[in-house]
Amino acid sequence: MDFRDTPEEAAFREAAREWLADNVPEELRGYGFGIDTGDLTAMRAWSLALHEAGYAGLTWPKEYGGSGAPVAHQAIMLEELARAEAPPHLNVIGLGMAGPTIIAHGTEAQKARYLAPLLSGEEVWCQGFSEPGAGSDLAGVRTSCRVDGDSFVLDGQKVWSSYAHVADFCILLARSDPASQRHEGLTYLIVDMHAPGVEARPLRQITGDAEFNEIFLSGVEVPRENLLGEVGGGWQVAMTTLLHERGTLGVALVSRLEVAVGKLLQLARDRGATPAQRDAVAREWIELEGLKLTAYRSLSALARTGIPGPEGSILKLQWSEANQRLTALALELLGRDAQLIGERAPYQGWWARQQLRSRGNTIEAGTSEILRSIVAERVLGLPRSR
Amino acid sequence: MDASFTPEQEELRAQARAFLEANPEPTWAQLAELGWTGVSVAEADGGTGLGFVEQGVLHEELGRALSPGPFYSTVAVALPALPPEERRRVAAGETSWALALGPLVPDLDTVERIAVIGGDGIYELIGAEREILETNDETRPLGILAGGEIGERLAGSEVLADVRRRSLAALALEACGAGRRALELAIEYVGQREQFGRPIGSYQAVAHPLATSYMELELARSLAIWAAWCIDAGDAQAQTAAAAAKSQAADAAVAACERAIQVHGGIGFTWEHVLHRLYKRALWIRSWEASGEQLRAEVASTLLDGGR
Repeated sequence: MDFRDTPEEAAFREAAREWLADNVPEELRGYGFGIDTGDLTAMRAWSLALHEAGYAGLTWPKEYGGSGAPVAHQAIMLEELARAEAPPHLNVIGLGMAGPTIIAHGTEAQKARYLAPLLSGEEVWCQGFSEPGAGSDLAGVRTSCRVDGDSFVLDGQKVWSSYAHVADFCILLARSDPASQRHEGLTYLIVDMHAPGVEARPLRQITGDAEFNEIFLSGVEVPRENLLGEVGGGWQVAMTTLLHERGTLGVALVSRLEVAVGKLLQLARDRGATPAQRDAVAREWIELEGLKLTAYRSLSALARTGIPGPEGSILKLQWSEANQRLTALALELLGRDAQLIGERAPYQGWWARQQLRSRGNTIEAGTSEILRSIVAERVLGLPRSR
Repeated sequence: MDASFTPEQEELRAQARAFLEANPEPTWAQLAELGWTGVSVAEADGGTGLGFVEQGVLHEELGRALSPGPFYSTVAVALPALPPEERRRVAAGETSWALALGPLVPDLDTVERIAVIGGDGIYELIGAEREILETNDETRPLGILAGGEIGERLAGSEVLADVRRRSLAALALEACGAGRRALELAIEYVGQREQFGRPIGSYQAVAHPLATSYMELELARSLAIWAAWCIDAGDAQAQTAAAAAKSQAADAAVAACERAIQVHGGIGFTWEHVLHRLYKRALWIRSWEASGEQLRAEVASTLLDGGR
């Protein structure tokens, strides 16, 4: 046990920090998850720069264009990206979900075709899992996938797809056997977002931004070579995708929370805080440190045993609730000024926007209710609730 | 960076748990025999020569087992204030100590010797009368001292900061152990107890609070392990880490016990069930050294006032 970086990790961190200081484009600094307000040209250039420096797909095998680095490097990079308030790689979905799924289940031809432009940000990916009738209950997917000779034909609707309005490809789950129920009869496809019959419509959210989209699919033809896994075996492939979503995501989230807590401390210093508010500020810092250390414990277990520790399962849930509490606390510290947004607002309205955005945190990537059930059933071993 | 226990540390935990399950109320001599009383005493001073992380493993397991006895008072609190020859005697199990940090002193029923703070240092107190008071937590009695004479000077008061850090970290780890056991009892019970034809653990209104206990305890445990490591490594953040860990762990343990009592229904409210003992220890820990509010005020001061 040693919570310090090893000399090798420290050198990697130092190099990453220097690189970020020189390379994060000023106009993209402080940028959030969403890509609504960003300049896509700048985002593409930034993603390419990350790739060329070897920082995209750090833990991916070298044969697929990654750096083959240990998972600790990925964690360090995520921390340093957050500290530099650097924007994410444009391919958040590609790097975190589509890529690892293709590496695990794809054919050699698919790996050769998709992975390199994914890493460079040349081709952007989105995810088509959720539907109007299938949210937490993903096995309720109804989008139909009809086998027609050497291709599949898709009809249906997907929703809550980040990046879909700018994406080139979508990892999509559809029902290939209309008579099937639940987890059976689902098929996992790579869908060309530029194909005829695909339409992405941005959804404006409570912050006023549009980070998510609806995807309408009408008679979309998908060639057979875009199948991932087996026809009817989509659920198993989808589980790989979700496993990756909940893997190093914890570190990324905690790193972002660290930046927010830093801003909260600055706010409390700038504006002053009552004893009760100071208590609340200390609570949020303690919670952050606890989450960071829990992420480290989970990653250390991953490095030691190949399996992330069970404590990692709590990170997204705890992070989302922490982010809601701390942004609400920031509004309290701001008082009436919390109502202002835009250029004349304190901190350009950053807190007001973050507080509204935080309400989505307990819904996206697994609602808190679903995550509590997952902890109860899979970690604590309680009887299934359904 | 490696936040995991070594195989040797895991082995120590497994041994400690097995031993305490067979001997929930071990004697001081037994603990000395196992090398626990000297776990963090240097080998040159007759100890095992391990560190505070290993000592922390024992605090967590002793908290889990609700073991009575002066391990916390002697090894966590008094030890940093003892000269080498006294550490040697502690490691050998020949003596035990309590350091009186306030009017109420734990473990006066079991410790052999007593240290007090006087002026510029810490001294032995000889021949004081001890009165054991009635307390909620029967596993860790409190008492008061009267009279006695100041004896040998043991240490300068500069060791008190270290004493406090170690005490806070030890209490945090005990709380993690006790809270975890309460959670495990709850998990076992709600998996068996049936109402309306189903195990009650299948109801989300029962299951989700237990998931919350797990999350709070794991978060607290991460902080407590970090605090133990900081103390071992002489890290500059040791004081803040110990304060953060104790405030979080005490609250998490109390809440875990309360939820465990709730999901047990009536049986959890009875004297015969062990839950109230775990609960009382958790409450003891929460009240001891400093409240969560006081500790967070310290943390806030470090964060906002530059440590003033």
